[in-house]
Amino acid sequence: MKKILSVLLALGLACSLAACAGGASSSEAVSEETASTETASSEATEETVPAEQDAPQLDAVASGEVMNYDQYMAADLDTEVTIQAYVQAKQSWWEDKATVYLQDQDGGYFAYDMACSEEDYEKLTEGTCIRVTGFKSEWCGEVEIVDGTFEFVEDAEPFVSMPLDVTELLGTDELIYAQNQRVAFKGLTVAPSTVEGSDEEYAFLYNWDGSGEEGDDLYFNVSYNDEVYTFTVESYLCDSTTDVYAAVKNLQVGQTIDAEGFLYWYEGVNPHITSVTVTG
Amino acid sequence: MKRLSCLLGAAVLALGLLCGCHGRREQAAFAVPETFDKSRNYEVVFWAKNDTNKTQTDIYKQAIADFEALYPNITVTLRLYTDYGDIYNDVITNISTGTTPNVCITYPDHIATYLTGDNVVVPLDDLFADPRYGLGGSELKFDGPTKEEIVPQFLQECRVGGAYYALPYMRSTEACYINKDFVEALGYEIPDVLTWDFVWEVSRAAAATKGADGTYSLNGQKVLIPFLYKSTDNMMIQMLYQQGAGYSTATGEIQLFNDTTTALLHTIADNTAEGAFSTFKISGYPANFLNAGQCVFAVDSTAGSTWMGCDAPLMDIAAEEVVDFDTVVRAVPQFDPKNPKMISQGPSVCVFNKEDPQQVLASWLFAQYLLTSDVQIAYSQTEGYVPVTTKAQQDAGYQDYLARGGEDDTTHYQVKIDAVRLLLDHTGDTFVTPVFNGSASLRDAAGQLIENVTKSVRRSQTVDDAYIQSLYTDTMALYHLDAASPSGGKADLGPLPGTAVALLAALAAAWVGIGVYCLVRWRQGRHKERRNG
Repeated sequence: MKKILSVLLALGLACSLAACAGGASSSEAVSEETASTETASSEATEETVPAEQDAPQLDAVASGEVMNYDQYMAADLDTEVTIQAYVQAKQSWWEDKATVYLQDQDGGYFAYDMACSEEDYEKLTEGTCIRVTGFKSEWCGEVEIVDGTFEFVEDAEPFVSMPLDVTELLGTDELIYAQNQRVAFKGLTVAPSTVEGSDEEYAFLYNWDGSGEEGDDLYFNVSYNDEVYTFTVESYLCDSTTDVYAAVKNLQVGQTIDAEGFLYWYEGVNPHITSVTVTG
Repeated sequence: MKRLSCLLGAAVLALGLLCGCHGRREQAAFAVPETFDKSRNYEVVFWAKNDTNKTQTDIYKQAIADFEALYPNITVTLRLYTDYGDIYNDVITNISTGTTPNVCITYPDHIATYLTGDNVVVPLDDLFADPRYGLGGSELKFDGPTKEEIVPQFLQECRVGGAYYALPYMRSTEACYINKDFVEALGYEIPDVLTWDFVWEVSRAAAATKGADGTYSLNGQKVLIPFLYKSTDNMMIQMLYQQGAGYSTATGEIQLFNDTTTALLHTIADNTAEGAFSTFKISGYPANFLNAGQCVFAVDSTAGSTWMGCDAPLMDIAAEEVVDFDTVVRAVPQFDPKNPKMISQGPSVCVFNKEDPQQVLASWLFAQYLLTSDVQIAYSQTEGYVPVTTKAQQDAGYQDYLARGGEDDTTHYQVKIDAVRLLLDHTGDTFVTPVFNGSASLRDAAGQLIENVTKSVRRSQTVDDAYIQSLYTDTMALYHLDAASPSGGKADLGPLPGTAVALLAALAAAWVGIGVYCLVRWRQGRHKERRNG
């Protein structure tokens, strides 16, 4: 009898959990408009593999089942896209939505607030191949996939990109073609940052204007060829416990650094930096 | 042993079933102490929000330093946030562990959720009225406002369920920042009070200047969003209130999903289809488009006015992208220009309950200090905020600040002063939405309706009545608005879902089982008693 009772109680809990999960399925229904997968009709094009990248060829890309990078870039904004690429970094997970940097052999993608359970988020390790369907969008210059869903591509070889050195592209119109890729910068000089109402110079600021504190985003300026660029340690991507967070806090104005990160865009280039090395 | 494990497991599961939504620690209600014990030291943890504005941070720090100088036995520890949502989430997390801050900048909507815990937030009525430590109290070491000196509309917003649970800290409303050059180039003149019809008409005219090559003749660029709205929740709420349509009742009955809302969504869809409208979430900050000459009407908070206009002191786009134009500030568009209605918003301050009433009193003293004129005036000048006390508003220094509008593009930036004057002149035309447990979700849902419709149109999806009804159903479920209303009114929920039926059946079966088991045990017990006896 006790066994029956315990089973009944357990069943009750299981059913209640199922009932609660109904909310989630409803939320999925809201984004259902974005979830239907249309096979890209474009034909696969010849792909150029940058010297630095050696990603495995994906059958789905080659067969035209999903878009290749060129097709993705050619797609209009607000159209549905399906791509297949490899997770390079996870930026955040919140309320069953994940934001990740992706890359294939040809270019980078930014999947913003992609539907993702916490369990699946744990499985999105660096190099994992996923297929993402969502809508191509642009927010303040950042081209991204929004309202997306994804599935794991089983049996795909993992791929972790090599940073693409874009130092010489700084200040050029070509830089944007490397948007969302893992990139490297060499020989930059740490330039001073200031806060409103003061001439005091800082090597970095908490938040863009110095209004933040430990744990917030770090902003620092670098100069190259007499032009100044603002780099960011995005605290969701690299929090205050990371090496890069500590390294940027130790920077001095005038130091020469190499940096790596992902080529994010916000009203202009605004790399999300993941490593900094002082070289001089 | 297996049986025992099985029963224990079932018990744990049952406890989870029954208590999963609880876990908060109960606290005794706060009672105002007779006196403030100055022989002890107190730490007041203050969670505040700044608009990623260094000056605001400095003002908080200065206020803390000045307060600590007056009360050396109180140390205030500041934790800064840049997002109200993050404060809300952290408070919710800390309620269950009894580690809430002492004082917190927040919105009344959020307080309504905090109040679902027992005695979590201190009701302030008794503190307001305390002759020694209350508003204008005799024992205060600072010149704080009396209750009558707090703007009544702003104070009323802090009343939740029959008691005051917060003090207003700053107030703002929304404003429409207009590229006057564009409006006139299209052959229109800006009226004193904008109407929705006017804004839609001009916006469609602007969108129609798009040429075959994708360039708009209005601005000579390939990007133009004629009408761009920052907070679509406010947009929907104000549209409904202006028409006297339902949103929610004071007790929390949901009225958002009504025919007026449907008509509004159709209008928004039609204008989006013509390229006349978009939102912050979809396209980006209205200020950036306005300043780049890519927007005609940009609606944002008056607290964002320092970003608006080509001479704005704060700028997010490169200098070479900024175009020169005249910026005009108006109230948000209206349906009835003779009876304008606009939302009142802005941060409030609440005090969290603790076991030690002296600690709460120390927290209250600091919360009250934030309403002193020096703090009010200094903070309000950082953005287009309005001080919440008439004492500060009538202060000679504040009046001088207003009179000097346009003297410079920093403290006295004309657009900012115009935005502030807008709220000062229309305080009587402001409204707030009812606050109840779930009102924050309802607000989110109101905005999401506009976001979804706008996105769908941009994605060439059909937006018709069927779409909107489906959107209502999905939105109600997503934001958990489909339960019976807190007012006790009943919504037609339709048939029970299969999972719910299964749950109820399983629970009923479990209780029947328990009953049968107890009966058998009772009978066995009686049998044993008889045998043992």
